[in-house]
Formats: sequence, structure tokens, C-alpha cells
Amino acid sequence: MSRQANRGTESKKMSSELFTLTYGALVTQLCKDYENDEDVNKQLDKMGFNIGVRLIEDFLARSNVGRCHDFRETADVIAKVAFKMYLGITPSITNWSPAGDEFSLILENNPLVDFVELPDNHSSLIYSNLLCGVLRGALEMMAVEAKFVQDTLKGDGVTEIRMRFIRRIEDNLPAGEE
Amino acid sequence: MTVHNLYLFDRNGVCLHYSEWHRKKQAGIPKEEYKLMYGMLFSIRSFVSKMSPLDMKDGFLAFQTSRYKLHYYETPTGIKVVMNTDLGVGPIRDVLHHIYSALYVELVVKNPLCPLGQTVQSELFRSRLDSYVRSLPFFSARAG
Repeated sequence: MSRQANRGTESKKMSSELFTLTYGALVTQLCKDYENDEDVNKQLDKMGFNIGVRLIEDFLARSNVGRCHDFRETADVIAKVAFKMYLGITPSITNWSPAGDEFSLILENNPLVDFVELPDNHSSLIYSNLLCGVLRGALEMMAVEAKFVQDTLKGDGVTEIRMRFIRRIEDNLPAGEE
Repeated sequence: MTVHNLYLFDRNGVCLHYSEWHRKKQAGIPKEEYKLMYGMLFSIRSFVSKMSPLDMKDGFLAFQTSRYKLHYYETPTGIKVVMNTDLGVGPIRDVLHHIYSALYVELVVKNPLCPLGQTVQSELFRSRLDSYVRSLPFFSARAG
């Protein structure tokens, strides 16, 4: 596959309508392929995960952020740098658990759902579940859980994603090297 | 001044890529050599961070012997770029970062047909990397 010469690492602009419509077409097709909403949610999460494991490399290549020292720093980088870089929005971080291992990302507006209304027969569809998968994949160096707790498509005022830290995954020597 | 060879590892120790330009002495079977290199890097990294008298900033950067210098760059995702050069070469973190960001990320990570976690098959990556290294100011066609 040939590629044009490297255009440098600045972000390339694209129409947001094209992005929203492409995402919508993706979800619609998944709904046709899988019969129930639960399967679609799982597929979106899986696709998001595969995007996330690659996206993190692009993020590190472009943003010069180093290793985060704790989960709070991770939360800040996700909200202030990563979301800004990829979706052009800056969610706020709230509701830290007392142990410091859970927090919420509040998105005032979600670019994926512009023009979208959920029909009645898809009430358990988590339309933007791709985002949860992306977050899980990008944070592949630690096991995290990401899920939607509020969704503007379901009538809530804002969209809220709850992130929970499970554990850190350390680099391992390849098998048989101990 | 010259570049001897370059290794690229992922966080599981898989050798994603190896290229050499000037190398007079072989260590042994390539597969064994990659494991040896990775094991050594893993040990040095953890040694360096344990023994550091101050808070670590970048961690392990390079080591040198009387004949060559090994330069190291690692990303938070565990991708490791290792370049062996001769002694005249100073710090080249920006070069290694460029190899990661403009070559590995652009040509391998962003290509959905290139699977991750195994040796890179992309001929484009190999040739771009080769041209880039040959264009470096400290690379000379004859071992210096």
C-alpha cells in the first residue's frame, strides 16, 4: 500500500458531520447485523478497544506526555489532552471515589450524537459505547472499566462515563526468561 | 561516526524490527540475541530506577563501552527503540522519538492491515526507516 509522504504530526481537519454520519452508519449497520442491543453494545466496545490500542500510540507520538504517576494524573490527561485532541471537547472530571480509583467524565456535548435520536425499539442501546472501548484500549497498560451512567440520548442532561481503575499491568519478560 | 544497528521491541519483548548497517561481529542466532537484548534492557531499567538517588525523570538513556554506545528510548506503552552507534554520537532521544512517532506510529500503528504484537512485515516501514537512518547527520557510509 502506498502512502503520501509524511504530512507531519499536526492534526488534519475533517468535517464533523462526516464523522458523525460515519459513526451513525456504523451503529445502524451493527443494529441490522446483530439482533439485539446487547450484542451491538459488545461489538461497539470491542471495536473501540481495537481503536484504543492503536490510538494511544498516536497520542503519545503527538503529545509528548510521559508516564502518569497516578490515576488522577491519568484522568487529567484523558480529559484535558486526549479528548481535546481527538474530539475537540474537554469533559470535566468529577465524583472521585474516596479511594481515588474511580471518577466520572462529564461530557456537556458529545460529537458522536449530533442529530441522533434513539428510536423506542432500541432503548438499551448504548449508542456511544465505542468511546468506552477506546478508553479501555488506550489504557491497556492498566486494566480499567469504563461505562456510561448518564446519556443525553436517553433523556439525561449530560453524558457521564464512569471510569474505574482495576489494576496496573506491568511489563513482563517473555515466557521462559526468568 | 556511524550507526551500527537498530532494534524495536514491544512491551511483551517481541522484537518488532531489526536493521543493521555496519556490524562486523555477529553475536549468535538472531532470535537468541533479541531475547538477550530485551532481557538486559528489562534488567537495566529496573536497576536504574531502584538505584536512582533522586526521582527518576527519563530513566535509562544510554550506556557506552570502549567501542560502541547503546541509546535507549521507551514509550509509556512499552515500545522500546534501541540504537547502537559508535562513540562520537551524543544524545539522540529526539531521533529515537522520531523513529517511534513518524515511522512506527505513522506506518505501522495507523495501518489497519499491519497486525500489532508481531514482527513488522511492512516493506514501506523498512525502507523509510532505512532512508531515515542513512540521512542522519551522524551516519556515514563507511564505519568511522
